[in-house]
Amino acid sequence: MSEPLLDVRDLRVSFRTRTGVVTAVDGISFTVGPGDVVGLVGESGSGKSVSMLSVLGLIDNPNCVIEGQALFKGRDLLTMSDDELRAVRGQEIAMIFQDPMTALTPVYTAGWHISEQIRAHEKVSKKAALARAVQLLDAVGIPNAADRVNSYPHEFSGGMRQRVVIAMALSCNPSLLIADEPTTALDVTIQAQILELLKSLQSEFGSSIVLITHDMGVVSQMSDRVMVMYGGRLAEAGPRREVMRNPLHPYTWGLMASIPPTDGTRVARLAAIPGAPISPGDPDRDHCLFSARCRFVSDACRPQPELVEHIPGHFDSCVLPFADRVELRRQAMTPLEVAP
Amino acid sequence: MSEPVVDEGGLLLKARQIVKHFPIRTSQGKQLVQAVDGVSLSVRAGETLGLVGESGCGKSTLGRCLVRLLDPTSGEVIFDGVDITTKSRRELRTLRLGFQMIFQDPYASLNPRRRALATVEEPMLTHSLGTNAEIRARALMLLEQVGFDPSYADRYPHEFSGGQRQRLGIARALAVAPKLLIADEPVSALDVSIQAQVLNLLSDLQRDNDLTYVFIAHDLAVVHHIADRIGVMYLGELVEVGSSTDVYTAPRHPYTEALISAIPVIDAEAEVRERIVLTGDLPSPIDKPAGCAFNPRCHYAQDVCRTDKPTLQLLNDGREVACHFPL
Amino acid sequence: MWRFAGKRALAALLVLFAISVLVFLIFFATPGIDPAARIAGRNASQETLTQVRASFGFDRPIWVQYGLMMQHLFINRDLTSFVNRGSQVIPQVMQAIPVTLSLVFGAALIWVVLALIMGVAATAARGTVIDPLILVIGVIGVSLPVFWLGEVVNLVTQSRLHDTVFAWVPQLGYVPLTDGVGPWALHLLFPWLTLAVLYAGIYARVLRSEMVASMNEDYVRMARAKGIGETRVLIRHSLRTSMISIVSLFGLDFGALIGGAALLTEVVFGLQGVGKLTYDSLQNFDLPVILACVLYASFFVVLANFIVDLLYAWLDPRVRHV
Repeated sequence: MSEPLLDVRDLRVSFRTRTGVVTAVDGISFTVGPGDVVGLVGESGSGKSVSMLSVLGLIDNPNCVIEGQALFKGRDLLTMSDDELRAVRGQEIAMIFQDPMTALTPVYTAGWHISEQIRAHEKVSKKAALARAVQLLDAVGIPNAADRVNSYPHEFSGGMRQRVVIAMALSCNPSLLIADEPTTALDVTIQAQILELLKSLQSEFGSSIVLITHDMGVVSQMSDRVMVMYGGRLAEAGPRREVMRNPLHPYTWGLMASIPPTDGTRVARLAAIPGAPISPGDPDRDHCLFSARCRFVSDACRPQPELVEHIPGHFDSCVLPFADRVELRRQAMTPLEVAP
Repeated sequence: MSEPVVDEGGLLLKARQIVKHFPIRTSQGKQLVQAVDGVSLSVRAGETLGLVGESGCGKSTLGRCLVRLLDPTSGEVIFDGVDITTKSRRELRTLRLGFQMIFQDPYASLNPRRRALATVEEPMLTHSLGTNAEIRARALMLLEQVGFDPSYADRYPHEFSGGQRQRLGIARALAVAPKLLIADEPVSALDVSIQAQVLNLLSDLQRDNDLTYVFIAHDLAVVHHIADRIGVMYLGELVEVGSSTDVYTAPRHPYTEALISAIPVIDAEAEVRERIVLTGDLPSPIDKPAGCAFNPRCHYAQDVCRTDKPTLQLLNDGREVACHFPL
Repeated sequence: MWRFAGKRALAALLVLFAISVLVFLIFFATPGIDPAARIAGRNASQETLTQVRASFGFDRPIWVQYGLMMQHLFINRDLTSFVNRGSQVIPQVMQAIPVTLSLVFGAALIWVVLALIMGVAATAARGTVIDPLILVIGVIGVSLPVFWLGEVVNLVTQSRLHDTVFAWVPQLGYVPLTDGVGPWALHLLFPWLTLAVLYAGIYARVLRSEMVASMNEDYVRMARAKGIGETRVLIRHSLRTSMISIVSLFGLDFGALIGGAALLTEVVFGLQGVGKLTYDSLQNFDLPVILACVLYASFFVVLANFIVDLLYAWLDPRVRHV
């Protein structure tokens, strides 16, 4: 196996608040290899966005405590100086955010945004940067790129704006792209366009992608590996085919069963996960955080279970006997006929 | 409660040729946003009609016209045999007991200073639907029905999570015992696990209370799950109407086909799946394309599609499709 | 952009016309009061009254009266003050305009620059003690009454320390720009500072709250993710978008000040500006001067708003297309 591009080790992110410590990320470790597409799945509050933002030093909160290591090409991002980190951001690791409507400063043109990005890291003239901006806009499929480079954000539709953001993110040929819910704010047909674009750009430029999303479907379309997060911890991680075909953690089962079937079958009720996601402020964390919502909960769920590699490359943090998982999964994904 | 007065076809709601145009000022002077452009539909008592389409297709505007939160530019809406488009505001107040609406963001429509119980009691009190004791009992029953234990009755909206607020909004809508509930994107702001809970709740409530739903959403998989019939909207018009299973498994309009193909399916073998990816954006509802509104993005478009506008036709399998070349 | 400017200019002209009609009607068509007697002033002779009636056409239809009035004001510019024994009104106003313009322009420049520095510094230093400190200093400035502050400044610079530290401070009053930039600026320095202190704090506060809000916007996070420096994020992204709210505030204040709201400063520092002129004419019930001052004031308010509209469009591309 080749040297990983990003090697995150035991990352912990917490916030000091008036009511106590809020743990957003609770010791996650993972690697992203060159050219990998890794999907980070979870619901809001699972810590999926915070983990990546903290790695890039983009959490603008003085009460935030970040521990662990995030080795990017062997250098720890978490101990870098501001200037060193700034040189990595945008140039080596680029980021795309959820809402293209608000990700661009409204008073500047598309070309201005892209050339700002280029000129932040390379010594090129404004003219040369603008010419590159036109090429990039063309590459991400914006028609009449030479004209559109002078358009303001509000003159683009949502999908087109996300293309501008992608063009901007790719302008310095980053080796890692972090896409935080890049299609959540878009319509399905536009989402399909953007996912296709990301895929084709990924195969063309060969950059690695960390795709943060709440949508199992999107992950299944895009990524080579999947990591499922719950309560700031990894519930399950493995190759996409493995996780999709043979999910091991009850939370993953619930997440999959929560989505209405897309194969044309109709069920009367969904096998929904009961209860609400765990509050990150809950001080009692020495147990499986999902156990409160899990129908297979037992005394074994306490203390906090370890992440175990049952099948090579496929990890999960559930204490249920591995041999019973297939049967339990079948049960879990069958909806109860009456409301719990 | 009186028995529903349903007209001969078992229809609870019937809309004829609903048009809603918004005049706006642009740099080219005054123009019309053709948000809803001649939609006719009917909803049978006890069924769920799903309205699906992308943002800007007019589905929410149509939903608001159906309950007269917006006055349609033209067309009529007949609810339970009564044309509500011609009624005065005063008459509507009583008629509205029959139909209620729930929204994507229930927080915006909940009074932040009113506790959960009072929130649910409020519509019953305004319409004097019983003694105070009866109203309180019914409100508590409704809160329980949407899954709150009694300790939640004294909480304020800000103490609830997104999913709980949506359930509170549903309880309030049900307080006046409506026959029809129009739900506008009720689950799209919720997390996946909570979305499933609310969808289940809506199914249970329909079964227990003989409710009729118009369920508006952009997510075709969700609409397919909850609706008995689906109407697909594109640029202010219905392009396909049919039973949920038919529309989803064998779409006959190219737009429906593309919409289904765009759904990201959980699939271990994602690479092998052929997808139809629509090119381009949704055209502006100010300046709609000539002919079939979908023709600039359609893979099957021919010359006639660029000149002649197809109307919604009943096909022999009971499907209604507005296409010159149904699939 | 030019289309937009043309449209706004046309709208501004219409507003000016409407104001002139309204003001005219209030002054001359209020039922039951003889406008001639008002123009002639208190205890006017019968001759003067006849003269006024003929000159303003008070025996003729109202629109002719309006036309004559505008002619006196803008074309012949020979509107006469009877209270002041026949002195012409327009030259008085014309003399007062440069004084007020000099005062307000200079003060505006100072308070905007001060507010920008304070606002940006407070935003950059948020979370430390410097942030609230800057704002407190601003609030102190706002709460000092201008007449009091002016008098104190005068007391110190003109009297107590005039022989030592402030020996360079000239006598109160106004020296035209044509006499040299140095003397002009020196005479206005303390009036500028006094007036600017009143506004800098408010502007800094508004700017700071806008900027802090924008620092939480997605585009600021995006800008940081691009790897650009914090200063650039602050200035080019946060400040640039926050300027929009400052501009609208500025339009209102600037127009009002030019239109005579700088009265207190003018009085305290012995400047014969528009505010002072309006005040004096009100004291004497000198109707023609009041009329000229009101129209003049409205002209500048409208002009300031026009400029703000253009600034808006320049700052915010979204506005240009509305």
